[in-house]
Amino acid sequence: MKPYALFKKDYHSELRTRYAINSLVMFIIVALSVILFSIGNEKIPQNLTAGLLWVVIFFSAMSGLSRAFVSEEERGTSLILHLIAAPTTIFSGKLLFNLILVFLMNIIITILYSVLFEEFIIRNFLLFFLTFILSNIGLAIASTIIAAIISKAGAKGTLYPVLSFPILLPLILISVMLTSYSMVGTSFADAVIELAVLACYDVIMLTISYMLFDFIWKD
Amino acid sequence: MNKHFLNAEKLTKKFGRRLIFKDLDFKFLENGIYGITGINGSGKSTLIKIIAGIISPSSGKIVHNLDDKVIDEEKLHNYIGFVAPYLIMYEEFSAWENLIHISNIRGIKFNKELFNSLLDDFLLLNRKNDIVKTYSSGMKQRLKFIFALMHSPTILLFDEPTSNLDNEGKETVYRIINREGKNKIVIIASNERSDLELCSTKIKLEDYKK
Repeated sequence: MKPYALFKKDYHSELRTRYAINSLVMFIIVALSVILFSIGNEKIPQNLTAGLLWVVIFFSAMSGLSRAFVSEEERGTSLILHLIAAPTTIFSGKLLFNLILVFLMNIIITILYSVLFEEFIIRNFLLFFLTFILSNIGLAIASTIIAAIISKAGAKGTLYPVLSFPILLPLILISVMLTSYSMVGTSFADAVIELAVLACYDVIMLTISYMLFDFIWKD
Repeated sequence: MNKHFLNAEKLTKKFGRRLIFKDLDFKFLENGIYGITGINGSGKSTLIKIIAGIISPSSGKIVHNLDDKVIDEEKLHNYIGFVAPYLIMYEEFSAWENLIHISNIRGIKFNKELFNSLLDDFLLLNRKNDIVKTYSSGMKQRLKFIFALMHSPTILLFDEPTSNLDNEGKETVYRIINREGKNKIVIIASNERSDLELCSTKIKLEDYKK
């Protein structure tokens, strides 16, 4: 229950400060508008449609998900967390917050994307649903641990996407591929290997994050 | 009465090549008020952070014992009360909301009577529902003492405890330090003469620079 209490604190803090939500919403609107205006009346191929969806998701995540640790560091409140909870509790609480934020953000992005882009038609919904779930979990885990790493650095804003890109690249590539598959209507059996890779990515990231967090957090 | 013992062995801290202190040994076996003193930049805050388990020493170790059992590093935060000028409470919340969130994260019962009495002791009861951002620096400092005492810790670490406090605030803090020092280990890191007068034993960090 301690991680949930930390999540609740972050949730109430977010409602008061709007540290992440405002930047996320603005980024989603701007990114989708730019893509929409640049495409105009052109018909875009399916794999490009899937790729653009993940471009919006990746950069939106970069604009808001670092707040988990960066806001504590910037406001100088991370010392309180050191004094009231164990590192695992802190990571779990921050991960829970980022998981919910990622899911909410990506549900909104996907809905807006499907409304604005008529080429974005999902033919294998179950495949897309599983891709969406596994990708979001991976994105939340990776974003949370990267946020913890960069929170103590000087140029946080620049470092976050730079460090995230190589770590998130396998996730993004497979997510784009699986989104294309679900748009084409590829059967579930033909996409099992890619889904398994995505699930492995999540498990590896989660394990590494819990193993590393103690060291990152302490000094 | 708790039996929290503290034992530091060959503590050395370096930041890069800069030596902060070297081979620092001390044992605090009895309840009482202990002092850490030294000129600005001598490493008082660093030492108190090492004692609190917030940062690690470069070499050596510090062991906390409670009732003859070593306290696990993961659980050390449950036994420590900490006040410092660089400790910042959540300013978007009121004092009361801070206490609610912190006690929930700590996993302790929200003790309304205790918190009200602490707020009363530190003259914040009338302002407990105001956002911390609106507090003066002295009021914020007094709130930190409530944060430090809210979970009934077995050791208290105070880094410059009277900074930003007026005379009334200082008197309250000294009264509480004297009260807590009778049944706990209280460690004060300070250069203020009046703070150090409370201490029975003092560690001078200048003695551990070579």
